Amino acid sequence: MENDDINLIANAAHTGSVTGGNVLDEGRVGTSGLQTKGIHVWFGKHHVLEDISLDFPANSVTGLIGPSGCGKSTFLRVLNRMHEFIPGAAMAGEVFLDGEEIYGPKVDVTAMRLKVGMVFQKPNPFPSMTIAENVLAGLKLANIKVQDKDSLLEECLTRAGLWKEVKDRLKLSGSSLSGGQQQRLCIARALAVKPKVLLMDEPCSALDPASTLKVEETIVQLSSDMTIVVVTHNMQQAARVSDFCAFFLSDGGPGQIVEADRTAVIFSSPSDQRTADYVQGRFG
Amino acid sequence: MSTVTVEKPTDDGPVRRVITTQRNASDKRFRRVVTAGALSTFLVLALIASFLFYRGFEIFKEFGFGFLTTSTWDSGSGDSLEGASYGVAAMLVGSIIVATMAMIMALPFVIGTSLFLEYYIGKKLRTALVAILDLMAAIPSIIYGLWGYLVLMPNAAGWAESINKYFGWIPIFKVDVENFDASPFISALVLGLMIIPIASSVTREVYSRAPQDQISAAYALGGSRWGALKAVVLPFGKSGLIGGMLLGLGRALGETVAVLLTLNLVFEVKFQVLASAGGNVASLIASRFGEAGPFEVKALMAAGLVLFLLTLVVNFGASIIVSRTSKVSQ
Repeated sequence: MENDDINLIANAAHTGSVTGGNVLDEGRVGTSGLQTKGIHVWFGKHHVLEDISLDFPANSVTGLIGPSGCGKSTFLRVLNRMHEFIPGAAMAGEVFLDGEEIYGPKVDVTAMRLKVGMVFQKPNPFPSMTIAENVLAGLKLANIKVQDKDSLLEECLTRAGLWKEVKDRLKLSGSSLSGGQQQRLCIARALAVKPKVLLMDEPCSALDPASTLKVEETIVQLSSDMTIVVVTHNMQQAARVSDFCAFFLSDGGPGQIVEADRTAVIFSSPSDQRTADYVQGRFG
Repeated sequence: MSTVTVEKPTDDGPVRRVITTQRNASDKRFRRVVTAGALSTFLVLALIASFLFYRGFEIFKEFGFGFLTTSTWDSGSGDSLEGASYGVAAMLVGSIIVATMAMIMALPFVIGTSLFLEYYIGKKLRTALVAILDLMAAIPSIIYGLWGYLVLMPNAAGWAESINKYFGWIPIFKVDVENFDASPFISALVLGLMIIPIASSVTREVYSRAPQDQISAAYALGGSRWGALKAVVLPFGKSGLIGGMLLGLGRALGETVAVLLTLNLVFEVKFQVLASAGGNVASLIASRFGEAGPFEVKALMAAGLVLFLLTLVVNFGASIIVSRTSKVSQ
């Protein structure tokens, strides 16, 4: 019964008829397994997001852009159920990951979060752990046994673009690194549990331009085999790293998606005047 | 033609100004009040130490280091130090044993209480429970002592008997005589209970300041609540836990009446914690002071000084450990 419902929605998505949905790529609907349908979020009585439906294409970067307070970070947190730690948070709608509704009553939230990694705005390595321990922290937290820890360590740090810089000081504390290195350490940490999806909440806003560039390179490389959703305030960054963009806007009321499309389209020929104004820096 | 310029001495360089600040009158007055308050605290501490030293000096002169290493407590005729013999070894060792056991027993409860209050219940319930916990800290120690004597001891003697039965092969759980009342074990149970509120209150406060972004990171990595607490909160709060426990230790070492009621003082160094024999410096003073002659009072003062110094050393050690671990965890 439940599975039938999911197929129905998936089929509906394939024919491009999800109500109010934003289909980013007609040819790749449902490929990443990450879809949202009619998401609303409230904090107490405050309605912060209204009817957000998105289908994230696989192996690509989707940028969530929009002015402050439009709910894009909240939406990102809905995707791995991190928003529910905020007191008074409530939501409506559905999020599907590999056909399973992640807000379903039988869902193991911790197992779900292993599939959906997250990188935060401010680098947050565990200060009591070494660089190596930080990378492998997720495995320890989820009680996952790995045969060859050293090669996993090297693989994750290499993919995060940090291996060369830290390979001789893996035993040092994670907080001994620079801010940019710490952020890439956090990316490596998120990769160690092999997530399908990586959520990034303004991953470069606390970094200097050189570190930003490195993290952006990392994002582009990672997107070759995983689905990445990145919230950013930086229009140039959105243009540089994302394949698709969803433009969020709140005009006093709850945040909504104004327009979602390929990044090139959003930046060159958006269909809504507000999108054009925002990406060209006329407001926000 | 080239000239070599030799660097001149800097005497004609810019002169560094001496900056002075004129404090205004009210600031001066406030400064004096604050300074006086702080100084009088230290003055009282110094006065206590010198009083104890002055009163006990004769004892140290007479018995020397033997006062710390022997265990006989005999006033002799009571008229002079002639024929008398005083030593606090048994009491000192007993104090340390009871306090250490109390700490060990309290530790899991302190960690559990702190984590529970901070991470497992809502704000309203927390406020109520914290108030109750603070109330527990305010209960006079005589109440703990009476409860320990009347309620806990009859039951705990049975527990001690079981421990002795199954773990008696461990030297500290052996007993020579099968009397389990008024043992260091029971005293430590009472002291442990007394420590929990104060230690939990300090520990909880520090746990509550654990960085939220790191807790989020642990959750986002697929961590359970316990996983997040273990990875972030426990390492972060280590210095707070040590600080809280040592604050408790200070109380446990100096506790007098609760121990007096629940411990059978015996002037012999013993490490059998379940047996009905133990030592405690503070309780010794309390139990002997009433009927002591002038020379025994001197000996009790000397014992007081020893306890005073022991507490001082423990507290200094505590602050060093706390400052070190808090540096590491940041």
